[in-house]
Amino acid sequence: MLKTLKASVAVAGLVAGGHAFAAEHESLSGDLVIFSDMSNPAPRAVMEGLVAEFGEMHPDLNIELTVIDREAYKTQIRNFLTANAPDVANWYAGNRMAPYVDAGLFMDVSDIWEGEMSENLASTKSAMTMDDKQWGVPYTYYQWGVYYRADLYDEYGLEEPQDWETLKSNCQTLLDNGIKCFTIGTKFLWTAGGWFDYLNMRTNGYDYHMQLTAGEIPWTDDGVRQTFANWRELIDMGAFVDNHTAYSWQEALPFMVNGDAAAYLMGNFAVAPLREAGLSDDQLDYYQFPAINPDVELAEDAPTDTFHVPAQASNPEAGKAFLKYVTSPEVQTWINASDALGQLPVNSQASVGDDKFLQQGFEVLSSNAPGGVAQFFDRDAPAEMAKVAMEGFQQFMVQPDQLDNILQRLEQAAGRIYDK
Amino acid sequence: MTQAALPQSTVRKSWWRRNQIAITPYLFLAPGVLFFAVYVIIPIFQSFGISLQDWDGLGQPTYVGLENYRELGNDPAFYTSLKNNVWWLLLYLLAIPAGLGIALFLNQTVTGIRIYKSLFFFPFVISQVVVGLVFTWFYDPAFGLLNVMLGWFGAGPINVLGDPRYVTFGIILAGLWPQTAYCMILYLTGLNAVNPEQIEAGRLDNAKGWRMLWHIVLPQLKPATFIAFVVTIIGALRSFDLISIMTQGGPFGSSRVLSFYMFEVALSEYGFRMGYGAAIAVVLFLIMLCFIAYFLFSMYREERR
Repeated sequence: MLKTLKASVAVAGLVAGGHAFAAEHESLSGDLVIFSDMSNPAPRAVMEGLVAEFGEMHPDLNIELTVIDREAYKTQIRNFLTANAPDVANWYAGNRMAPYVDAGLFMDVSDIWEGEMSENLASTKSAMTMDDKQWGVPYTYYQWGVYYRADLYDEYGLEEPQDWETLKSNCQTLLDNGIKCFTIGTKFLWTAGGWFDYLNMRTNGYDYHMQLTAGEIPWTDDGVRQTFANWRELIDMGAFVDNHTAYSWQEALPFMVNGDAAAYLMGNFAVAPLREAGLSDDQLDYYQFPAINPDVELAEDAPTDTFHVPAQASNPEAGKAFLKYVTSPEVQTWINASDALGQLPVNSQASVGDDKFLQQGFEVLSSNAPGGVAQFFDRDAPAEMAKVAMEGFQQFMVQPDQLDNILQRLEQAAGRIYDK
Repeated sequence: MTQAALPQSTVRKSWWRRNQIAITPYLFLAPGVLFFAVYVIIPIFQSFGISLQDWDGLGQPTYVGLENYRELGNDPAFYTSLKNNVWWLLLYLLAIPAGLGIALFLNQTVTGIRIYKSLFFFPFVISQVVVGLVFTWFYDPAFGLLNVMLGWFGAGPINVLGDPRYVTFGIILAGLWPQTAYCMILYLTGLNAVNPEQIEAGRLDNAKGWRMLWHIVLPQLKPATFIAFVVTIIGALRSFDLISIMTQGGPFGSSRVLSFYMFEVALSEYGFRMGYGAAIAVVLFLIMLCFIAYFLFSMYREERR
């Protein structure tokens, strides 16, 4: 079933988009080596579909695809970029690509961004830009937000909160009924980074958040303290599930499935496992994280995944052609469809999958995030800073009284990391 | 007559023929020495070199002198790791008496004793990764067996791996499980070599129980104890896989040891500080060197005797 579907989609894509590319790049030949981190089943199928279709368009091109486990990829990339570079490699946008750009390991691909493409991909262009040049292309992104149990909210007469007070009063009602407001698993730290992102962007705004992650504002600043004070209100209420330090994000899902917790601040990728665990679309819904400080504009997290051409690629022409192919509207529509990646297309000419979460997420990101769109804490801040800071967030969630120590430690680390 | 001819023929013998006997041992040693040098000795000096640099592993390194070591001195995470290493060294040694106890208990002839021995040895055979996972589930605050059992006595759930107070001890306990099995097998083989005549003689002199164990059995188990000590110390200092599997050094870094911290700052997802990592590696190497020197010294003394 899935196979035929994919094939038909692939053919449709070939018919629609094939002409232009075939005419433009008929001369591609040689080997095209692709290293990919799309190792989960659905992304893997998408990647294989992309390779198959691109191969049909360029029969003289011999494409070799190597799929590497997503976690292992994060440490292997620095080895293969320096020693045995492919022609195309997956990575992430924002500051996450900075070490490789600075070390001259990614190729400047500004030429493929010229003209139409910059318009169609305007929403993610800034995340791909460093030193006024583009260093790769995005292929998918996804919204973050609060995924909640609509049936529990209905049962206790709660509404989707539009402001901080409602969020807290909702939470109090749930707690009075023995239900935790939010599930979270902080074992791998980044989930706490998501909370910090939203609380800080709602308290101090997008620009402040970006300055903080860029090291221009000290961690001991009053704005940061205000963010943590807001966070502390939830912690002191007991809003989060107990013992969250012991769980990964997946291990925190059952609390929501079993109705022990009512909501989860998470990326859209949480929807698939929640559905698989048995929650229907009537039980599961999404709302944008509510405003805290009414004076700042709403801003969102939307991590972008990318393709790059390594500087040492042996067939950069074919690599660039592949990057261009991946971002075309037709390909964007089918790889991000709800039966493929189930995420948002980066090309504004592409259409969004038929799925209520994708539709809502698209709505939020395109018309209700005037403040700006951030990548994610560990992609906006330099890697070392992200690690130290997220560890601090985790500690704060367990030992909120240690805030002064934590902020001091972060400021000390920031002094070293940004000083370079 | 023939003797007169011999010197001439030796002159004609090739250099290889003449020195064969002298060279052969070195030839046999050469591959081992070469690989040992390339993979162990030279990297040690390279680590020293890298620890004096600021290097992200990708760009150009810059020489910073002892800056990395100075920073280590002010790094609370380093002291947490060091403290945990000390706990590991001390508590891991419990595997030796525990292994001895089980070995003594199993050193009898009952039907099916081999099955019992294999069952006790089992944890050492399975991978550390599996041990880590099993204990992670055992400790899980939501469905873990530990908290189910505590529930029978009305004790609240303990979040062993998520609480900075308990986490290191929780991991050490997981590590003790296979390590005890290892020490047990060492002692079981040692017990096979215990001289029955000496036991008999001890019996005649009315030695029993503790006195028999302390004065007659244990002295004969000295070689086994030495090996058990060596592998346990080394095992404690290498404690990396369990931490990586069970907590990733968390919560907020309270279960790190030096080897994990080194990996984290230099090689993990967020780690780009080769110089700092190398400095930690050097410190860990110096700690290991104390033990290695002691082991080599005692072996040397043993052989001279």
